[in-house]
Amino acid sequence: MESSLKRQRLIALFLLGCLVFDYPLFALFAGTSSVLGIPLLYVYVFVAWALLIALMALVIERPPD
Amino acid sequence: MLTATVIVLASFAYVGLLFAIAYYGDKRADAGRSIIANPYIYALSLAVYCTSWTFYGSVGRAATSGVGFLPIYLGPTLMAALWWYVLLKIVRISKANRITSIADFVASRYGKSQVLGGLVTIIAVVGVVPYIALQLKAISTSFAIILKYPDVVMPDQQGAPLFLGDTTFYIAMLLAAFTILFGTRHLDATERHEGLVAAVAFESVVKLLAFVAVGIFVTFGMYSGFGDIFGRASNVPDLSALLVLGGASGNYTTWASLMFLSMLAIMFLPRQFQVSVVENVDERHIPKAVWLFPLYLLAINVFVMPIALGGLMHFPPGVDADTFVLTLPMSQGQPALALFAFIGGLSAATGMVIVETIALSTMVCNDLVMPLMLRWKRLRLTERRDLSSLLLAIRRGAIVVVLVLGYLYFYLAGEAYALVSIGLISFSAVAQFAPAIIGGIYWKGGTRLGATCGLAAGFLVWVYTLLLPSFAKSGWLPIAFLNDGLFGVELLKPQQLFGLQGLDDITHCLFWSMLANIACYVGISLAQRPSAVEHSQAALFVDALRQPSAAGSRFWRGSASVADLSELLGRFLGPQRAKEALAAYAATHGFTHVEDLTADAALVHHVESLLAGAIGNASARVMVASVVQEEPLGLEEVLGIIDEASQVLAYSRELEQKSRELETATGELREMNRRLQELDRLKDDFISTVTHELRTPLTSIRAFSEILRDTPDLDTVQRTRFLGIIIKESERLTRLINQVLDLAKLESSNAEWRETEVDLKELIADSLVATSQLFEDRRIRITTDLQQVPSILADRDRLVQVMLNLLSNAAKFCSQEQGEVEVRLRYEAGTIRVDVRDNGLGISPENQKIIFEKFRQVGDTLTDKPQGSGLGLPISRQIISHFGGDFWVESRPGEGATFSFTLPVGVPARPRAAVAAGGA
Repeated sequence: MESSLKRQRLIALFLLGCLVFDYPLFALFAGTSSVLGIPLLYVYVFVAWALLIALMALVIERPPD
Repeated sequence: MLTATVIVLASFAYVGLLFAIAYYGDKRADAGRSIIANPYIYALSLAVYCTSWTFYGSVGRAATSGVGFLPIYLGPTLMAALWWYVLLKIVRISKANRITSIADFVASRYGKSQVLGGLVTIIAVVGVVPYIALQLKAISTSFAIILKYPDVVMPDQQGAPLFLGDTTFYIAMLLAAFTILFGTRHLDATERHEGLVAAVAFESVVKLLAFVAVGIFVTFGMYSGFGDIFGRASNVPDLSALLVLGGASGNYTTWASLMFLSMLAIMFLPRQFQVSVVENVDERHIPKAVWLFPLYLLAINVFVMPIALGGLMHFPPGVDADTFVLTLPMSQGQPALALFAFIGGLSAATGMVIVETIALSTMVCNDLVMPLMLRWKRLRLTERRDLSSLLLAIRRGAIVVVLVLGYLYFYLAGEAYALVSIGLISFSAVAQFAPAIIGGIYWKGGTRLGATCGLAAGFLVWVYTLLLPSFAKSGWLPIAFLNDGLFGVELLKPQQLFGLQGLDDITHCLFWSMLANIACYVGISLAQRPSAVEHSQAALFVDALRQPSAAGSRFWRGSASVADLSELLGRFLGPQRAKEALAAYAATHGFTHVEDLTADAALVHHVESLLAGAIGNASARVMVASVVQEEPLGLEEVLGIIDEASQVLAYSRELEQKSRELETATGELREMNRRLQELDRLKDDFISTVTHELRTPLTSIRAFSEILRDTPDLDTVQRTRFLGIIIKESERLTRLINQVLDLAKLESSNAEWRETEVDLKELIADSLVATSQLFEDRRIRITTDLQQVPSILADRDRLVQVMLNLLSNAAKFCSQEQGEVEVRLRYEAGTIRVDVRDNGLGISPENQKIIFEKFRQVGDTLTDKPQGSGLGLPISRQIISHFGGDFWVESRPGEGATFSFTLPVGVPARPRAAVAAGGA
């Protein structure tokens, strides 16, 4: 049952990923503004990407409650 | 100094290292101590996804389209999240059915179809061989560039000599040798190559380190960090456009379609299928790879943008952005880093070529060549004794042919568009497998014809809208074909098919090919009834996660001989391996000799799956069918078996439920039976006791009556005494009978109760008066401690009966010499409590229970004269419990006994059905 719950969480992360890496959310960051000199879009993609991987690792590696 | 000798030596040293690792990996595997059996190596081997197209090409792509290179890696990241569903299922199906390639998978799913397997193989070869060519080109180009160190000169491909004069050809042949050595060592039913996987994982580490090293050098060595590079780039008008995603919706469409395409590619590229499914050691490695693999992708992509921007700002126009990873360290006078970058690129390219070639050669051998040769009657292949060496030769030949094809394509295409854009074109080709595979493992309705037509249609659309246009752009076809459409028909323009405009060519192809593919697959599947074998395979695949593996034998019925099967196996695996395989099978089934085996469905299925590992599912089926008399199972029967299986499941669940219910019911029944027997015994005891009790007074009445009759001259005093005894005994008899009737009434709840207000203090006082004569006769001292208590609703006469019983008992069992009886009345917490204490012998603990049973009197009935009927206490207890109270005794031997009862105040008497049984 535990692994079934984990699978559901992973599917949710998949859907979340589809959302954050696509139009229209993407368009919010596609402008010319920048963070510490790095374009906002670039920062957004990599931060979101890293967070997504961290969440996937969390879902999989967290020991069963 | 970086001379040609150093570079060549380094390259050979590196390839030598790969050989060593692969050799070591194979040795360890043979010894049963695998070095690749852990999730980290598994995740690293999956990174064969990152080819030289990633290593060099990402930077090139970033230099022209900015962040546009990212969807190729974001897609697999997202797909990885679904691996625990999709990949796990594919791996499990493949292991259960000994599937060794993606063509085998599709063929096996749709009824072990040879046609389908061949079709998939053709698509894979056509789609992927140019991709191999791209890797060769990367090796060749990077080699040519680094040779010129320290000058950065773009190589000129034109005019290079073909084959023997060309270093690329030697590289291709070296890779072929490596692949043959470690990919086709022997025929194995599982087709796993541990040494090869170890080498590929090592290459993944090297390419990542090399790329990151270059990235760090460019970002922090040549510039001062990310902010610096991006800041400077934003001041260059041409470059600032790369930093934002174009506002046009077309860009978002491209982005989304590339993500979708790469999601499919990570699953269905033949090399990915090879490492993720075929080479998978243990399905428990999948979960960790779900996040490790995306992490790898993230790491290898962080520095792509900085390298691209750095290169664009550093070099004048004319230096190919695809070479920045190599040329930037070169231009900075960093020979070691340049060499490392070159080795990294070599890793990326060789890893891909090796795995892709082995995957393609397995497909070509099992799903293209073998089926054709087996059909070709003149070869008399089915009659040959040992085919295993032939199989190996075909594999090895296929490897060489694939690499030569790749080399030729590279040589012919050169700098042409058809080669440089092949990455995504390849992806689009393998994406055609998606409907048949995804549909195949989640939808039972897909049929062979549907899958075949879908694949064929998708492939044709891909050829027309992507491959042929790339040829036209390379100048191999008249460009008019592209600009004016086939035969000049406007609607047939390959990249604006039916007038569809506004999409880039990849998205355009993806849309039309998927439309054709899915429409044919679903439409045709729905239009026909699947055959028996399609049904059985569909059930095996779709329900793979539910049923135990190796359930395939259920769908087989026929007759065969062990000798025939063994011989068949020997022909493909070699006699020795075949003998070992059958011996192992016999051992696991508890037989000591192979001869003891019976050729039942399970054995035939096992042989077929062993063969499938060597020659593919479709061919294995044909071969097995040639030695066994198979009775065809009708569609109805297969459906029946499937139905049966699900019904059996449902039944067994129901049965479990029922048997649990039965168990509880049985337990209840047993308990009831036990109580019934107990009651029966009690009834017998009761009757025997009652008759005994009745006989005692009757006997004495009769005896004294006879004396009176037989001796008429008895004196008056005697006569009066005897008559007195008779009367007393009659009274006792009457009382006994009354009590028995009384108890029977109480127990059957037929007693009549007249409830009135009762004051217990007054009631006790009255009772004491009534029994005072008794106490005086025995010189018993009575002390009372009676509180005023609330009056209750009860039957006064019954309570008097209880009190009289208690007082007379106390009088009877009191100390003979100095009798003392104490009566107490208390009220607390809504309950009235009455205690009657005597100072007699007391009652032993074991007797404290029985005195409440009928006719049980404490004391030795043989010597002592019975002092009562034995019904008083049971009757009293019945009465008290009728009014909701408790009745008990506390005593220790030698210290007297205290009989107590309680009565609740303000609680009306309940109907007495339930409590009646309690006393029994």
